[in-house]
Amino acid sequence: MHAFFLYIPRHTEVLTVENATHLIACHECDLVLRIPTVATGQSVRCQRCGALLLRKRKNSLDRTLAFSSAGLILFFLANAFPFLSFQMEAQIRQTTLITGIRELYAQDLQLLALLVLLTTVIVPFVQLAGMLYVLVPVRLNRNAPKLMESFRLIQRLRPWSMMEVFMLGILVSMVKLAQTAKIIPGLALYAFMALIFLMAAAIASLDPHTVWEKWKERP
Amino acid sequence: MTRSIATAKGLDLVGCPSCHLLCRGQYLGPRQRRICPRCKAVLHVRKPLSIPRTWALLIAAVIFYIPANVLPITTVTSFGSTQSDTILSGVLYFIKTGMWPIAVIIFIASVIVPLAKMLILGFLLISVQRRFPGHKRDRTLLYRITEVIGRWSMVDIYVVTILVALVNLGSFASVQAGPAAPFFAAVVVITMAASMQFDPRLIWDVEPPVQKGEAPR
Repeated sequence: MHAFFLYIPRHTEVLTVENATHLIACHECDLVLRIPTVATGQSVRCQRCGALLLRKRKNSLDRTLAFSSAGLILFFLANAFPFLSFQMEAQIRQTTLITGIRELYAQDLQLLALLVLLTTVIVPFVQLAGMLYVLVPVRLNRNAPKLMESFRLIQRLRPWSMMEVFMLGILVSMVKLAQTAKIIPGLALYAFMALIFLMAAAIASLDPHTVWEKWKERP
Repeated sequence: MTRSIATAKGLDLVGCPSCHLLCRGQYLGPRQRRICPRCKAVLHVRKPLSIPRTWALLIAAVIFYIPANVLPITTVTSFGSTQSDTILSGVLYFIKTGMWPIAVIIFIASVIVPLAKMLILGFLLISVQRRFPGHKRDRTLLYRITEVIGRWSMVDIYVVTILVALVNLGSFASVQAGPAAPFFAAVVVITMAASMQFDPRLIWDVEPPVQKGEAPR
């Protein structure tokens, strides 16, 4: 995801055909730019279109690893424990993340159930697990089968992981039902909330360029 | 003397879509496709058939958008009586019952975002086909906005999923997903796919050569 505000460009240099050394092509406007030495915490944007080209984060690998492993633990909590309980008169109904998906499936909306399952459970899990699968070997300077392919996959899957959108859906449903029944938030709900922040932190601290550069340094 | 700005295409190079390595692109992978030597992603100078594919997906999304709004998205049964709601009647219901924040969230996510996204993509496609010269940076910004906002339309689908799971007490009180739900989900997925197919570099391909001494923008 790219930040979409305007900025004052400082760190890139437009190239002519003659001076081409450490180069990158902007993925949004195809301009070829020379990448300057970037200090930690700085971002480099394309001079012409403003696309975020790369950013250097402090302890990028370690932080992303920490956030992802914590996220993975919370992911299991969020899926194993009851999410919301719905109390109306004497009846109580407990739900987990999967219940709604099962119910959609039972109502003959299999594709819709599959979509919800993919965007709220499977893709987030693949992202978290994939992050560990890729970053642990990279951190230890080791190799693993299909390492770069996996990293590419988790980058491409990112827009399809919609946990934060699901969270908004939960809030809307809670307010909607609050008038007719008692809604009791469960353990999984808190785990899920924390998980969203951890996911966002993991993505924000990841600096893909470092991973690719580390890969290049290897024999 | 004129000097043209170096684009990867102009230099016969390709920027890797995945790891951003600038490749010469003579490295051939399976099925004779050019792949990135570092991350093995398939390289394309421009996304193949970007304009027709984006158009096709956009038109499909517009078609699906109609049943998504006309058909009911939820059917509520309580004490034996049933009531069906479309997306818009749901929003109206929230306004009537005084739940303004929810009405605003659902209206923005389910009505404004998909409409805005389809309009923006249509405008970008036409502007690229007609080779509009101006406002390239603003149009790139519009493209980034479509990439970021699209996924938030899924909120309504998730609300339906949660309601269906929670409110399930037989004839006493229960919620069923309506026929609009799969259409609406399809609109979200298809518009997301459409904006992934669009290649923002096409916006910049009409860039005229820059005069010497003039700062490139």
